[in-house]
Amino acid sequence: MLELKNLFVEVENKPVLKNINLSISSGGIMVLFGPNGSGKSTLIKAVMGFEGYKVTKGEIIVNGKKVNGLSVDERAKLGAGIMFQHPPKVRGVKLAQISEYLCGDNNKIERLAKELSLEEHLERDINSGFSGGEMKRSELFQLALQGADLLLLDEPESGVDIENISIMGAVLNKYLADKRKSALIITHTGYILDYIKAKSGCLLIDGELWCSGKNPKDMFEEIKEEGYEHCRECHGKN
Amino acid sequence: MVKIDTDKILGKDDMAKAASSGMDFTEKTRSASFLQKDNDVLFSRSLQCGIEIMRIEEALEKKKNMRKYYGKAFKALNKEYPQNTNGGYFIRVKKGHTVELPIQACLFLKKQGFKQKVHNVIIVEAGAKAYIITGCAASRAAEESFHLGISEFYVQKGGYLNFTMIHSWKKDISARPMSIAFVDENASFISNYVCLKPVKEIVMYPTAVLQGEHARASFNSLILSHPKTLQDIGARVIFQKENTQAEIISRAVSLGGKVVARGDLKAVAKNVKAHLECRGLVVSERGAIHAIPELETVFRDVDLSHEAAIGKISKEEIEYLSSRGMTAEEAQSIIIRGFMDVNILALPEALKKEIKELEEKTLKGSF
Ligand SMILES: Nc1ncnc2c1ncn2[C@@H]1O[C@H](COP(=O)(O)OP(=O)(O)OP(=O)(O)O)[C@@H](O)[C@H]1O
Ligand SMILES: [Mg+2]
Repeated sequence: MLELKNLFVEVENKPVLKNINLSISSGGIMVLFGPNGSGKSTLIKAVMGFEGYKVTKGEIIVNGKKVNGLSVDERAKLGAGIMFQHPPKVRGVKLAQISEYLCGDNNKIERLAKELSLEEHLERDINSGFSGGEMKRSELFQLALQGADLLLLDEPESGVDIENISIMGAVLNKYLADKRKSALIITHTGYILDYIKAKSGCLLIDGELWCSGKNPKDMFEEIKEEGYEHCRECHGKN
Repeated sequence: MVKIDTDKILGKDDMAKAASSGMDFTEKTRSASFLQKDNDVLFSRSLQCGIEIMRIEEALEKKKNMRKYYGKAFKALNKEYPQNTNGGYFIRVKKGHTVELPIQACLFLKKQGFKQKVHNVIIVEAGAKAYIITGCAASRAAEESFHLGISEFYVQKGGYLNFTMIHSWKKDISARPMSIAFVDENASFISNYVCLKPVKEIVMYPTAVLQGEHARASFNSLILSHPKTLQDIGARVIFQKENTQAEIISRAVSLGGKVVARGDLKAVAKNVKAHLECRGLVVSERGAIHAIPELETVFRDVDLSHEAAIGKISKEEIEYLSSRGMTAEEAQSIIIRGFMDVNILALPEALKKEIKELEEKTLKGSF
């Protein structure tokens, strides 16, 4: 579960997020749309507590607990889990090592690695030479092993082929069937919407959150047809 | 065979120190053993035929035809070497013998302020194959002590020597190993070096001379540098004959000390193939790593290359692992462990596992 109250975030002294209010309850899935550079990744990174994403005002609440000021690992331990848009290479650390750190159950690791076609990647350094799609699968793999309650998914399907989107979608759908889990999902392509049962969406433009709570599929159709410029106009009118 | 009563001759605490440099006192996984404390050889014995192991002075006295090897390597390269040594081991693996279990040797420093100076000679005869694991360690009592180790290796035609050296010193010990290996036709010399514990100062630049066609050498080292230490560590290969090959690989992590990682590939023959790779990770702001790779040739028909990369652990890597629940310290530690990859050592699985366990034990609580 995630709650953001009057959240303002600065990056490099530049205000990126302005007065964000957002609430995702347990079992809830929120889809986040928005043009490039609007601040979507910034939002997720600020929730995770990464250095350089400075909360200047407002509150971040994960699983009922205010996390402002907590370290990244403390937030992870409270249940937050992120799928990076651009995960870094971690040289010298194998995917298998982190898997074992995240989950003591070797059968589960093997099963999930098989499901996501990552068996051969286990013995490789994390993200080192992984293709775009492999990285996304490995991110989902780690999140599932981590058992995160709040999934912060930054473009889970970007760079993933149709077949693998359906595999990832199935894993995700199964994972989110657990009503203790919730998710915030950033998407540009909307493909992921075919696999998960998301009831609400929202729109981030120029660091502001608009249209919170609408049906994500309808929102996506409208964005596809009319573009984000239309959103700006529509917002200006209301 | 009777078990060595090391408990009596070395004591529990010192035994543990010696074990941290690879000594297996049960000898179950070893084919021969040698242990010298300061100037005294505590035991020396072979558990398998085909291996001779003894104090160097004893060898010089009893084995007349082995005398010619003593000092030969240094003279051949016109290098001075200290004559005032006391002890050291003589190891000979006889022609055609394959020794699968490692031969172990340990040079131990016990007395405060003691200067241990040893001269070792290792001969692997034609077609023979052996693994040697040698450790250097110091007792708690050995304050401000010094170790000088002269080593000469002769790997004869078609022979194979895999030599692993583990240094397990402490912050007030200085060490000067001086090694030269002569490698004959079709023979291989592999040197693995591991130094994870603090040391005051260590300077070494072992050299392998490939003096027969198709001879090969490989030097691999894992170095952890603690605050207020200097490790000037390199390896040099001289290619005297055609179709020789070599590889020098090192990984150094500085937790605050200074590491100079040298490497020199010197081709004085054609058709030589060699690669030098040095990677460094500077963890502490006070740490320093200086990589000095050198390639020398007078011929065009050689394939010599080097790659050196030094960096710090990036914030992104730490945050990535933290976002999975690791504390910054845990993240740093897993990255360092991964960087100090025992797989760069050319070792058989069992020995690799042993070194890895040793590494785990040493790294625990190191940072
Ligand atoms: N570490 C940073 N340093 C400097 N500027 C940054 C940093 N992170 C984000 N920004 C800036 O903040 C703004 C929002 O970036 P963000 O990555 O959140 O966008 P986004 O909505 O995720 O875009 P995209 O759809 O392209 O992924 C951009 O103008 C970006 O350049
Ligand atoms: Mg983004």
